[in-house]
Parts: sequence; C-alpha cells; structure tokens
Amino acid sequence: MAGNRDYINRRIHSLLGVIPIGIFLIQHLTVNFFATRGPEAFNNAAHFMESLPYRYVLEIFIIFLPILFHGIYGVYIAFTARHNVSNFGYFRNWMFMLQRYTGIITLVFIAWHVWETRIAIGLGWAELNYQLMESILTEPFFFWFYVIGVISTTFHFANGLWSFCVSWGLTITPRSQRFVTYATIIVFLAISYVGVRTLFTFAYGG
Amino acid sequence: MSENKTVTFIIERQDSPETAPYEEKFEIPYRENMNVISALMEVRRNPVNANGEKTTPVFWDMNCLEEVCGACSMVINGKPRQSCTALVDQLEQPIRLAPMKTFPVTRDLAVDRSRMFDSLKRVKAWIPIDGTYDLGPGPRMAESKRQWAYELSKCMTCGVCLEACPNVNDKSDFIGPAAMSQVRLFNSHPTGEMNKSERLQTVMGDGGIMGCGNAQNCVQSCPKGIPLTTSLASVFRDTAIESFKSFFGSDQKL
Ligand code: HEM
Ligand code: SF4
Ligand code: FES
Repeated sequence: MAGNRDYINRRIHSLLGVIPIGIFLIQHLTVNFFATRGPEAFNNAAHFMESLPYRYVLEIFIIFLPILFHGIYGVYIAFTARHNVSNFGYFRNWMFMLQRYTGIITLVFIAWHVWETRIAIGLGWAELNYQLMESILTEPFFFWFYVIGVISTTFHFANGLWSFCVSWGLTITPRSQRFVTYATIIVFLAISYVGVRTLFTFAYGG
Repeated sequence: MSENKTVTFIIERQDSPETAPYEEKFEIPYRENMNVISALMEVRRNPVNANGEKTTPVFWDMNCLEEVCGACSMVINGKPRQSCTALVDQLEQPIRLAPMKTFPVTRDLAVDRSRMFDSLKRVKAWIPIDGTYDLGPGPRMAESKRQWAYELSKCMTCGVCLEACPNVNDKSDFIGPAAMSQVRLFNSHPTGEMNKSERLQTVMGDGGIMGCGNAQNCVQSCPKGIPLTTSLASVFRDTAIESFKSFFGSDQKL
C-alpha cells in the first residue's frame, strides 16, 4: 500500500501547490505584467489566453480543481496547528504560522478575485479588458485589498516552495535548507514586484 | 552572601488528572548553584507557599539528575526542558514551572509520556534479532555512518520536541519528531534496514511523517542536540521513494 488516505492527500496537496498552482501563478502574474506596456498590450495578452484551445479543460484541471483541493485541504491543515511563536520565536516557526495565515488570506482573496473577474465575465456581467481591472483598482479599498492579496499569495507560494523542498526530501541538510531559504526570499521579492507593479499600473496608469 | 535572599517560583499545580490546574507561589531560600530540582526539594522539605500557608508538597518526576533519562522535563519560563539542568542563576525570576501539557498530567509537574513509548513500538524502534536459532553475526556498519547514527541514538524520549511542536496537539495525531528520528536511526542500521519498508509504511499512515509542517522548533529545543529536522527531511525523502516504489513497483519486490 502506498500510504493511507491522509498520507496521499498530503502528498497531493503539497504537489498541487507547485504543480500546477505555482506555475499558473507565475504565468498569471507574467501575463498581467503586460499592463505595464499599455492597455493594448494587456488586452492582446489577455485575449490570447482567452482564446487558447480547449480553454475550459485547462481552466478546470490546471486552475480550478487544483486550487479547490489545495485550498480546502489547506484550511484543514491550517486549523490543526496550535501556534506557539510567543514561546518559540524562531524564524521557521514564524514562517510556519505565516504560511497558514497567508493561506487563509489567499483563499479569501482568490474567491473574491475569481468572483469579480472570471465569474462576472462568464456570466456576461463584465468584459475581459484593461478597463475592468482599472475600474476595480482605482478604488482605494480594492487597491489595498489586491496589494495584500497578491503579497499574501506570493509569500505563500515562495515559502511553500521552501517547505515543498523539505516535504519531498530534496533539501535534507540544514545547509541546503538555508540556501533554499535565501533562494525563496529572492523568489518572493521578484514575483511580489511583478504583481504589485502591475497593480500600480492599473491604479495609477503607466 | 545575604542570609535571607530568596527565589520566587510560580508553579502550575494540579491535584489529579481530572481536577483543574491552579497556580501557587513559593519563596525559596537561595543557595548557590541551585537548580530547579533542588528548589523543588526545598518545597518538599517545607511545603509552605508564599502566603505562609501550609500546602501539599509539589510533585515532579526525576531519575538520573544528569540529563540522560528525560523524566524531569517540564515547562520552565515558557520553554520545555529538563529541570535537573535548569540552573536558578540562569533563569529570570519569578521562575514559572508548568507541566508539559502535550502529555496527560498525572499530578503537578509530572506527566505521562506513554504515547511516546507507544509510538516507538508502532515504528518498531528496535533491531529484530530474536530467532529460534543463532543467526550469526550481522553485517558491519560503516564507521562514518556509525558516527551520525550515534547522535540519533542519544534520544532520551524526554518529550521536549513534542511539547515544542505546533503540530503535536489535541487536534492532530502526529506522533512527533522523536519517533521519526528513530525511524531514520533504525533504518540506517544494517540489520534494522531489513525492516525499513515496514517502518516507512507505518509512518505513511496515521500520525506519521505528513504531520510535520516544518516549523523546526524541535531541533531548536532538543537538549541532546539531535538533528531532528535532518531526520524528518530524510524520512520525507524515504517515504516519497517508498510510495513511488510501492505504487509503480521496483526491482526489489514481486
Ligand atoms: C495561489 C494559490 C496557492 C499557491 C500557489 C500555494 C502554494 C503552496 C505551496 C507551494 C505549498 C508548499 C507545499 C508543501 O509544504 O509541501 C503550500 C502549502 C500550504 N498551503 Fe498553499 N498555495 C495556494 C493557496 C492556498 C490556499 C488558498 C490555502 C488555504 C488555506 C493554502 C494552504 C496551505 C497550507 C496550510 C500549506 C502548508 C502545508 C504544509 O506545510 O504541510 N494554500 N501552498
Ligand atoms: S529528540 Fe531530543 S527533545 Fe525529542 S525526545 Fe529525544 S531527546 Fe527529547
Ligand atoms: S532527572 Fe534525568 S534528565 Fe533530569
């Protein structure tokens, strides 16, 4: 037997965080970054993504179901911890707690974001273009909601990469784990820049 | 040295496993180089609390008095550690003592660590050599391996790493870092390795390795300096390979 149900769920949860969700995240932020080249560049990129063949299959199996599984199982994992950073204020213990908090924040953010973009578009309430995001992000409340949501997601992904490397036994020695800590800090800063820079473009123009 | 210098202790007490815990304060006459256990012995000799009222002596567990048995572990100023090596001079006052709540409290500062021994039994933390006839000498172990395996063998099942772990609690069945490190220890032994797959399959079940969330408090807290997070990551790797082999098959199995 290849482990029991709990074991397999945890392995799937961990894998999905990187493949495909993490890869999708990077792709998503990159395509959105076209906004920094002007509304037309963004619209072209967005419409290219929209016109991909068998788009619904891609959306369901690469985005929707993986996030649903990872998110729901993630909430369960998050609530089985009893945080103790007040007595054990070590760096990794903080990261452990933030991984769980950012998971919950990310879930709320993604739910809202998908509702007001993908679902609204699907129901014909909105059209996918630069103006849609511009009208959302020029509202100060939603601008900050998006900034927090994006940084929460990038943190969760970057720190998740670190724990992914441990959970699959790639990094065993303290030295390799420390090295990956530095690498994931760089990943965090880089993709946060990409995400937040895009938000600023939508909110304040070029 | 002043005659009447005292040390203040605030102790979380509990009369029986079923009753509610309460705090009691003690002023204990200071002696040079005293440790937490010698202070507790003082309370036992003269069970009077800080209000001058007579009380029951505080109960705790101990054995070796040199940090090798693990029996005297308790939470001292918020951190789980051995009371026999906790020197009063190095602690901030008032010194707060509490039982390790990860385990059932039997009385006052004494806890029942049976769950750890049950876990060791579950993961077969031993080398099975008993048979109906003499099996002869086993294979030899490389010296380089023996050296790191020896570090893992220092575990005294004290429970400090379980107490420090945010994932070992009443909401989770994770058996904790200590047993995982023992899986690595016995899997690394040339004879113990014969049961490697069985041990890995066990920790791929309930309460096993997937309970670890990499908070890494264990390695910061272990009094024996055992590289627990290295062991955990190693068991993560071995179980990943084991699942791959048991699903896709391997040249080692039918
Ligand atoms: C864009 C969305 C997300 C991405 C890219 C992502 C990515 C990741 C990655 C790469 C990991 C590391 C896996 C491992 O430790 O082996 C992870 C872990 C985790 N994720 Fe997510 N995640 C996302 C959304 C969520 C959501 C919505 C939740 C819900 C609460 C969540 C909860 C968790 C938890 C609790 C862990 C820790 C698992 C552990 O350490 O055992 N994640 N995530
Ligand atoms: S691994 Fe260290 S902290 Fe954990 S039980 Fe063994 S000796 Fe105690
Ligand atoms: S009495 Fe044995 S470790 Fe303290």
